[in-house]
Amino acid sequence: MTDWRGVAAEQKDDLPTSVTDLLRTRSRDLLTDLLTPHRRNIVALVAIIVASSAAGLSIPYLVKVGIDYGIPHGTGTLLVIVGAVLVAALIQAYTRRAFLALSGRVGQDILLELRRRVFRHFQRLSLAFHEKYTSGRVISRLTSDVEAIGELLESGFDGLVTAVLTLVGTAFMLLVLDVHLGLAALVPIPFLLLFTRWFRRQSSIAYRRTRETVALLIVHFVESMTGIRAAQTFRREPRNQEIFETLNGDYGGANMRTMHVISIFMPGVKLIGNVTVAAVLLYGGWLAIQHEVTVGVLAAFLLYLRQFYEPMQEISQFYNTLQSAGAALEKLSGVLEERPEVAEPDEPQAVAGRGQVRFDGVEFGYTDLQVIERLDLTISAGQTVAVVGATGAGKTTLAKLISRFYDPVVGRVLLDGVDLRDLDEPTLRGAVVMVTQENFLFSGTIADNIRIGRPGAPLTDVMAAAAAVGAHDFIMSLPGGYDAEVGKRGGRMSAGQRQLVAFARAFLADPAVLILDEATSSLDVPSERLVQRALRTVLAGRTAMIIAHRLSTVEIADRVLVVEGGRIVEDGPPHDLISEGGRYAGLHDAWQASLA
Amino acid sequence: MPPDNSRSSSSRSLWRLRHYLRPHLASLVFTWLAAVAGIAATIVIPLVSKEIIDGPIARSDLGALVPLGLLALGLGVAEALLTFIRRWGQTGVVIGVETAIRDDLYRHLQRLPMSFHDEWQSGQLLSRATTDLSTIRRFFGFGLLFLVMNVLQLTTVTGLLLHMYWPLGLLVAASAVPITIVTLRFERRFMKAARQVQDEQGDLATIVEESALGIRTIKAFGRGGHVFDRFDGKAGEVYRTSMKKVRLASRFFTFLEVIPNATLALVLLLGALAVGGGSLSLGTLVAFTTLMLQLVWPIASLGYIIAMGQEAMTSADRVLEVMDTPPAIVGGELVLDRPRGHLRFEGVGFEFPSRQVLSDVWLDVRPGETVAVVGATGSGKTTLTALVPRLADVSAGRVTIDGLDVRDLTLESLRQTVATAFEEPTLFSMSVRENITLGHHEATEAQVETALEIAQATFAYDLPWGLDTRIGEQGMSLSGGQRQRLALARAILGQPRILVLDDTLSALDVETEALVEEALRRVLADVTGIVVAHRASTVLLADRVALLAGGTVTHVGTHHELLAGVPEYRELLAAEEVSVD
Repeated sequence: MTDWRGVAAEQKDDLPTSVTDLLRTRSRDLLTDLLTPHRRNIVALVAIIVASSAAGLSIPYLVKVGIDYGIPHGTGTLLVIVGAVLVAALIQAYTRRAFLALSGRVGQDILLELRRRVFRHFQRLSLAFHEKYTSGRVISRLTSDVEAIGELLESGFDGLVTAVLTLVGTAFMLLVLDVHLGLAALVPIPFLLLFTRWFRRQSSIAYRRTRETVALLIVHFVESMTGIRAAQTFRREPRNQEIFETLNGDYGGANMRTMHVISIFMPGVKLIGNVTVAAVLLYGGWLAIQHEVTVGVLAAFLLYLRQFYEPMQEISQFYNTLQSAGAALEKLSGVLEERPEVAEPDEPQAVAGRGQVRFDGVEFGYTDLQVIERLDLTISAGQTVAVVGATGAGKTTLAKLISRFYDPVVGRVLLDGVDLRDLDEPTLRGAVVMVTQENFLFSGTIADNIRIGRPGAPLTDVMAAAAAVGAHDFIMSLPGGYDAEVGKRGGRMSAGQRQLVAFARAFLADPAVLILDEATSSLDVPSERLVQRALRTVLAGRTAMIIAHRLSTVEIADRVLVVEGGRIVEDGPPHDLISEGGRYAGLHDAWQASLA
Repeated sequence: MPPDNSRSSSSRSLWRLRHYLRPHLASLVFTWLAAVAGIAATIVIPLVSKEIIDGPIARSDLGALVPLGLLALGLGVAEALLTFIRRWGQTGVVIGVETAIRDDLYRHLQRLPMSFHDEWQSGQLLSRATTDLSTIRRFFGFGLLFLVMNVLQLTTVTGLLLHMYWPLGLLVAASAVPITIVTLRFERRFMKAARQVQDEQGDLATIVEESALGIRTIKAFGRGGHVFDRFDGKAGEVYRTSMKKVRLASRFFTFLEVIPNATLALVLLLGALAVGGGSLSLGTLVAFTTLMLQLVWPIASLGYIIAMGQEAMTSADRVLEVMDTPPAIVGGELVLDRPRGHLRFEGVGFEFPSRQVLSDVWLDVRPGETVAVVGATGSGKTTLTALVPRLADVSAGRVTIDGLDVRDLTLESLRQTVATAFEEPTLFSMSVRENITLGHHEATEAQVETALEIAQATFAYDLPWGLDTRIGEQGMSLSGGQRQRLALARAILGQPRILVLDDTLSALDVETEALVEEALRRVLADVTGIVVAHRASTVLLADRVALLAGGTVTHVGTHHELLAGVPEYRELLAAEEVSVD
């Protein structure tokens, strides 16, 4: 039953195994870094919470004074004592409000800062990082993980601090009231600590199991819903149901375990508390009969013990919050630790912007795979170069090196004689633009999407760009024209229409160097023809590199490069290559034959 | 999208789910009894301390102390035990209910037609299957029980306090009034703010999602700053709304502590005076204060529980909205015994709510023949093919196989006869074997091997773990050509008589394209085929071509006939005639 998932290499997103691992050095560093700007507020918070707890703790004591001292001494004394209770209550209320408001603000400040920092960092990290990290994980870092920390800051922090202070304060007050009875009341504490440790361990295991099972359940659910077409046509439903019920059962079991752990822990704490109360009644009663303690002390003990055991119950609620926040912090600090592989220059240089591209002894590869082997190549300004070759030959790598999504391992890539590594982001992106077949549209209007090419461009420029690539007519046919909402990821438009918008975007950016990586391959024949017609306009006066499987796109090139195994094996004008009868000629023949 | 139901219909939704509780009736009764007994113990314990103070201590009677002390001990143990029974018993019930609803929801979703799934995003369905069901579970598990328990505890303790010493009892009861009012008011405003934060976090998530999925575009244009500003604006909104929530909560929780403490002070003053005057015993005063503090939590949590109930009702609505959608496509009675695979479209029409897609389509595909369907983007090619395995139903005319209307066949029989390979091959995060067999779980190793061979997909054996290798989003990524060939293998595994193929648009390199073409040629050899084609090379695999234009089949003929006689067809397929200017 479990073998349906198949085997895969391990994912790296594992949860830490125990609480001690939660706050590893880098998590701790991040936490310190986030808290440091709020030093002063944190000191204030500590002062406030101490005052608040002191006021809260004084109330049962005042009850004791009232019973032992006030009742025998009459109304005047009683009024003073009751006045003191009221003052204590007011102080507690006021400080508590101040605490909640201030800690809430600090928490939200930290959260905002964390969101900004992580988002900006993701944007800064190179494409190589994003390709291996995947968008799904980026999204969960910035949503569920940040929210887990938010939850801790919102409720958990308050709960933890109050619980700890109450526990310590209560124990102290019990001893002050009566050492013997106090010691007796504190006897269960070691048991309580052991019990809490058991609980923490069990709930760690249960929590982990819940996360694992729910992750599997969600993947299966989402995939079978997005793939429902395949499921129905191939009558996969019964098998899906069988798998789902197993996963759902596992998830239910994991939840059950979590709840069982809690249903042992909570009554357990209650049991210890109740036994203590009974013991205090017995021992305290005996002491009272011996006149060693007063009834007031006994009453205060009963009130204090209530205060002592209540926060213990909350700790169980709070523990999962702490755990998920710890795991989230660990993952976030891991992301923030990543250094962008493509770094900004210290002293950026200017560039002429004519568009001459030169590869100077460039080598590129991944740890186990050499992709480009020592390449020297000059593309003169204004030239249109087509790159052809089989999948994996290194065509896309060339494009990514020119647009500096990667840096070469050896050698330099130069734009108008300047190393790309010496150009700052705005200069580089202004000069080099790449269009891929992944024509992503952002939510918003068509005009907004074209304006990605040049933010703030007037509508007339947007329309001119659309007209130049042949997109104007279809845009005007949409309800709302340029103001038409594109829908979620452009879902309301065909692949071809989305691609035309992407071309308009690139045209509006008006770069000196334009790279088209399989940019027309998702178009049907009529749309492709439209784009090809437009390309003659678009490419006029700029340097262009076109990567394509379909040779129809290649025909407008001045020069063809045939790439094989990371080397350029043929280089020349298309007609010359065809007449020479090499590899390109072979490809061209095969393509001609495939046409009717 | 989810309609804004009135509350009465919402509570009905929740009530309609009650039958899920039926299998657990016995343990439900048992846990509720334990809960009531637990409350009784909670209330009685302070009364025992009263007896101890007023009895043994006041009279210095050591002998009476021990039995009362032991009674307190016994009650304490009983209370803990009863709490344990309630919690443990409750767990089985709520998990059982949640799991059962989720199973049923999933089963129902699998039966709903494509028209439903096209409209609902999987994220929306997921939030119903997870978040909403958890909300319902929490309400059934805790909300409902605590609601009843709290009310029970409130009335009993108040009654008890009134009975012990009515002036003070009245005072306590009066102090409960402002707390109750403020709690209910606060909860409403707090929930509103909380929901707003949630909505804004959702918007923020959308921006995050776009920035992650569109990272190449953002990088290509160097628009990181632009995207950050958008994110920052929204994050600021979340910040401000959260601060509103913080301020509300800080005011409320303060209030929640002031009132009981102030009441305590008053009770102490009046109680002490009464003790001095002899109308109240000291033990009663102590018991009174302890009992009084027992009231704070039930009152304070009332608002929370009511809010929880409202949320559970909304969730029940959202879940039932899906459960109440009838499966529009249900099978007929007939079974194709030995299908020949004669496929006919007879005057077929299809319309979406807003527009007509197909009308009066006539097409006859003889057994063993392959027909290519060619048409411009948006001409309804994919819709036409979806009508055969009944992923959608015709709105006019009929589709027949061997003369029988597909709507009269059982879905089982129909979908066994017809197999489909889609333009975008859907691969699941499962082993290769599971991905190929899908509904044919019983397929033998030999059958799988044959299918892989015919579809030119034997590369699967060379993957790191062979056919056990996990592919799909969470596994190994495969190239476009590999994915397509696996989809073909999947389609032919069940040996269908009719094969529907939707050719992909994305370009493959020359070698891969040759492999896929060869695979297509082989799978189409013995079956009736209908192929959606974008390229001349694919069209050549077919015996005849049907041209789809203006929502209907305008021409049927061989590729060369159409190429010679129909300019529209030439426009669609003849890429080489790029004769500009």
